Amino acid sequence: MMDPARIQEIIESKLADCTALIHNDMGDGEHFAAEVVSSDFDGLNLIRQHQLVYGALGDHMKSDIHALSLKTFTPAQWAQRA
Amino acid sequence: MSDVKTRIDELVKTNKVVLFMKGNPQMPQCGFSARAATILTHLGVAEFAHVDVLSDPEIRQGIKEYSNWPTIPQLYINGEFLGGSDIMMEQYQNGELAAQLQD
Repeated sequence: MMDPARIQEIIESKLADCTALIHNDMGDGEHFAAEVVSSDFDGLNLIRQHQLVYGALGDHMKSDIHALSLKTFTPAQWAQRA
Repeated sequence: MSDVKTRIDELVKTNKVVLFMKGNPQMPQCGFSARAATILTHLGVAEFAHVDVLSDPEIRQGIKEYSNWPTIPQLYINGEFLGGSDIMMEQYQNGELAAQLQD
């Protein structure tokens, strides 16, 4: 079991200028979806962007997080989206 | 090079498209693997190589280290790691995946 707020805290603390929105729509504390914005993503392809997020979460990905559906945005992409 | 890395190397280099998944395309054992297989089918990839990691624990662990990617499914095209099901969906929607498959 993992608290969405804890996931948010970990990701935001490890990536630059980062905002992370975490959803646990099933309410099970294991299957999450996240939208993550960070300037660290600038110039990286999607694989490298997702690897940064997975890397930030480290062993949580092997233990208490069963699934994490990811969408990553650079600050510029996020601004355009709204 | 470890044996499992050699095995994975061979799989991704001798097959144009390889999906590492849970279960098989006919009977996927996880929603994310099902989504990945469905995307390939939608793009008209009639036959793609697939590896059921549930029946091969060595590959199940080895593939995560091979790609530095902690989750299954994983898609490889022309020997290159393309991503998991989220990236597949995003690149399916924006047309990039179809373009990669034609190369």
